[in-house]
Amino acid sequence: MLRYALIRFAWAGPIVLSIIVINFLIIHLVPGDPLQAIVGDFPAPPEYIQAVKREFGLDQPLLTQLWLYLSNLAQGNLGFSFANRQPVLTLVADRAQYTLLLMIPALTIAACAGVLLALTAAPRAGSTYDGAITALSLAGYSMPIFWFGQILVVVFAINLGWLPAQGMKSLRAPATGFGLAKDVIWHMILPAFGVSIYYVAVVSRVARASVYQTLHQDFVLTAKAKGMSWSYTLFRHVLPNAIIPVVTVIGYNFGSSLTGAILVESVFAWPGLGSLFITSISNRDYPVLQGIFLLTGITVVLTNLATDLLYAVFDPRVRESYRHDA
Amino acid sequence: MMRNFWRRFLSHRLGTISLLIVLALALAALTANLIFASDPKQISDDVMLAPSFAHPLGTDDLGRDVLTNIIYGIRVSLTVGLLAALGASFLGSVLGALAGYYGGALDLCVMRISEIFQVIPTFILAAVIVALSGPGLPQIIIVIVILSWPQTARLMRSEVLRIRGLEYVDAVRCLGISEHRILLAEVVPNAIAPALAVCTLIVGQAILLEASLSFFGLSSPDIVSWGQMLNSGQRFLFNAWWLSFFPGLAIFVTVLAFNLIGDAVGFALNPRAE
Repeated sequence: MLRYALIRFAWAGPIVLSIIVINFLIIHLVPGDPLQAIVGDFPAPPEYIQAVKREFGLDQPLLTQLWLYLSNLAQGNLGFSFANRQPVLTLVADRAQYTLLLMIPALTIAACAGVLLALTAAPRAGSTYDGAITALSLAGYSMPIFWFGQILVVVFAINLGWLPAQGMKSLRAPATGFGLAKDVIWHMILPAFGVSIYYVAVVSRVARASVYQTLHQDFVLTAKAKGMSWSYTLFRHVLPNAIIPVVTVIGYNFGSSLTGAILVESVFAWPGLGSLFITSISNRDYPVLQGIFLLTGITVVLTNLATDLLYAVFDPRVRESYRHDA
Repeated sequence: MMRNFWRRFLSHRLGTISLLIVLALALAALTANLIFASDPKQISDDVMLAPSFAHPLGTDDLGRDVLTNIIYGIRVSLTVGLLAALGASFLGSVLGALAGYYGGALDLCVMRISEIFQVIPTFILAAVIVALSGPGLPQIIIVIVILSWPQTARLMRSEVLRIRGLEYVDAVRCLGISEHRILLAEVVPNAIAPALAVCTLIVGQAILLEASLSFFGLSSPDIVSWGQMLNSGQRFLFNAWWLSFFPGLAIFVTVLAFNLIGDAVGFALNPRAE
């Protein structure tokens, strides 16, 4: 296990480094003044511009600049957002909390829903129900997720008036405690549903294939022959074996669902990274955009790493295979 | 071979319907200025009208006809989708074939780069690049090509790797034909099929990516695009649902059609498929 973990860590390091290098290169490869890319298109005091020039060594050779960029990052200096009057790191970390607050429940529910759909669809392969689940997952892949969010707003918030359309809490929400939690959950339902649709599609598609394959294994036949009840067989024998690829797909798609959350947030004015991203685009607040890319990129690498480790915990065959070769 | 492909493709019902939809969209895009007003940006006094006989999909806050705009929007979506997919497939096939056939440092390099692109959140990177380089279709197409080639490269590499080891390649080599020629004339034609299916899927992804970028306000104001329509519709969700509903539906149907065509192409090219 330790050997396996070390190999995976050795994989993550260079990827994180290359995300940083990509971020650095964007400033220089994209047409325009790198100084403006670092400062953003917002009136900044001339002393600050001089300081940036010095700090990032913009008159030095490219490699020196890369070195300065890395050492700035190592000190947590991702630049300063003049539109928000805050350091980029503080700003992005602050907003990321709200994105996670939205994503974690959405993804948990979506993963459970996807697995449940697969468990009910796979034994009836070829039926209308199974066809409907397959169609649903295909639709989830093709749907512009922000449009889905807009439809949710029109139907459930505007026409039916069941749920709030915008924001994370009401103006008159209680400031703390249970009342606040209730209000936030109330606002969370629609955006969380919007975020989860893509995930349900991905999870149910993979889980269906996996459950279908497991159902045709000999041990399922044995369980049937021993006279075990169907639900016992399904949950005790099929699910643990079928869940392994599902864990991988859940972890590996964290990046796409993060992107989905960013798109959906802007529809619901949820105060997370998505809203920050869209206002930073219109403010031309480039350091914030780059900061969001850097931090989400690193988060995705870490989730993939965690998924790989979890995978080995779930499936002893994976870590065993690393003991001998690799 | 070709006839067999079409016979199998047409036996895939959803794929065939999707192909017809895409052909109809292409036809509508090409004849847009004959059937509809020649300037989709033409403003009028009929502001914010709900769908009616005169304006089947309604009008927006400047009195522009939504249907006309959607028809003109096909041009942007199909152009971006097709050019980006062609570019990504070409780049991916070349790099993947070279990496798979010659191996070595090139292989290592291509595979590591494609691994990075598989992990990073591509939409966010695309948005950052387009935001910094200024909105415009060429920028968007180039960014999508840069971000999408790795899928094709990985696929092409594994196919070339498999075919390189087959006996007929050795047989050709015994004839004294140069390695470059073997790769180009003997290996690539047999390895290209899966890349074609993926090419169709990339069209769908590219259309979706362009729409997402335009939704974030990253498209040029001079062109009409579906994502941009959704962006301006967002402000009027409370009183004009049609401004968001129809452009989004157009994106959804088009992307779905390309995904289904991709399924059908994969089905038609794989002789072992059920």
